[in-house]
Amino acid sequence: MSTSRRVYMDHSAGKPVDPRVIEAMLPYMRSSYGNPSSLHEFGQEAKKAMEEARTTVAELIGAERKESIIFTSGATESNNMAIKGITERYKDRGNRIVTSSIEHMSVLNTVKFMSTKGFDTVFILVDNCGIVNIESLEKQLTDKTILATIVYANGEIGTIQPIKEISKLVHDKNVFLHVDATAACGQVPINVKDENIDLLTISSNDIYGPKGMGALYVSDRVRLQPLIHGGGQERGLRSGTENVPGIVGFGKAAEIAKKEMQVESQRIVKLRDRFIEGLLKPIPYSFLNGHPTKRLPDNVSVRYSFIEGESMLLGLGMAGVAASSGSACTAKTLEPSHVLLAIGLKHEEAHGSLMFTLGKQNTEEDADYVVSLMPGIVKRLRAISPLTPKELNE
Amino acid sequence: MEHFKNPRNMGEIPDADGVGTVGNPVCGDLMTIYIKVKDNRIGDIKFKTFGCGSAIATSSMITELAKGKTLEEGMKISRANVADSLGGLPPIKMHCSNLASDALHAAIDDYYKKQKAKEEVKK
Repeated sequence: MSTSRRVYMDHSAGKPVDPRVIEAMLPYMRSSYGNPSSLHEFGQEAKKAMEEARTTVAELIGAERKESIIFTSGATESNNMAIKGITERYKDRGNRIVTSSIEHMSVLNTVKFMSTKGFDTVFILVDNCGIVNIESLEKQLTDKTILATIVYANGEIGTIQPIKEISKLVHDKNVFLHVDATAACGQVPINVKDENIDLLTISSNDIYGPKGMGALYVSDRVRLQPLIHGGGQERGLRSGTENVPGIVGFGKAAEIAKKEMQVESQRIVKLRDRFIEGLLKPIPYSFLNGHPTKRLPDNVSVRYSFIEGESMLLGLGMAGVAASSGSACTAKTLEPSHVLLAIGLKHEEAHGSLMFTLGKQNTEEDADYVVSLMPGIVKRLRAISPLTPKELNE
Repeated sequence: MEHFKNPRNMGEIPDADGVGTVGNPVCGDLMTIYIKVKDNRIGDIKFKTFGCGSAIATSSMITELAKGKTLEEGMKISRANVADSLGGLPPIKMHCSNLASDALHAAIDDYYKKQKAKEEVKK
């Protein structure tokens, strides 16, 4: 392979940190390394930077008060904190938790865990495009329901949920709404006030900040039981000395996202649509997963019949392209992605899926390069596959 | 990697003496092996596989291992032989080599069955 070209299109799995974010973080490792709880100057410098970061993160999601932002170690912790924290705190009100069948594992498995603690858990189905079934949601919100937790947009297929509509239904029934906005935040405008969201999960790396950082927005009307007890940091909701460089980086990333999101998302949407067309048009039996328009700007999830995703990934990998497969052949089980099955794909269709997630550094040339590789990869694997109809190989 | 990039003996044998198919596309792997038998030896052998890179590589490898062997030797080719010849497989991928040896054994069994059927017709 003579090519040394490398194209990274797996941004939902991990993103580069914006150089401006790295610059902003450095002083908080080199010189202002104090503990924000300390009263001396070192501590107060760190505290000031941390509170400024809290403000910019709050502004990114339209939160009125910076105090409603609780910093965590990432989206998984935020999701755990929201679900366990609210159900534990309000268990005398009822025992039902309602969620969707296309949540991230950190929501799905936390909800499943709560069912072992005696909670009645309901997983709402989605349509073929991945939109939550609203009628079913409405039916399942009973007097016993204390929490509904719904993803803002699924990271695997990119489908954006009608959060405002969901929020209205949920609040009409006097139920709290937690929204996992990990994949959506920084790509589409989110406003916790307009959309009437009680708890919102966001992640730093997903907006080009450092990994290992996240936040949970907690509205004033909600009280949570903390997961982590200790020195009482983060209003007692999340003890432990704060990760100041991480928080400062997250804050800087939020500031940049707020400023640049609109222009960048427009560029990425254009790139995405050109890319999808290029991937599908020249190849028969190829399809888009998810919704054609209610879709995250960065998400390109496609499938090719008769062949398997991981072998396509290997082919792409040999040409320097990093993407991801819907198939969990790479993961710990042989089951394909629960999200792809939830939108009604058969197992073999789900196994034939590929996911590209675009990012800031991706160009039209990158997309065209991948488009130029795909027909060869698909043709070769279809020639090997026993499932391919004969006429396709001729 | 080499056996994924340039798989050996890929294709079908329309007048095969034995055909073995194992796996299930639902689980993400489906493998078919075709053999031609001459003087109790595996003459020609080809495969078709739907599956991940390891599944394709193990299919290719087992056709190389089995080619020219007697049927008895073919039956003795184990899952471990396939993985070893490829220089080892990660534990999560061992089922791929199981699949390849199972497909070969199924093809040989199919040959035996067909022979038996032919003999019975003669009687």
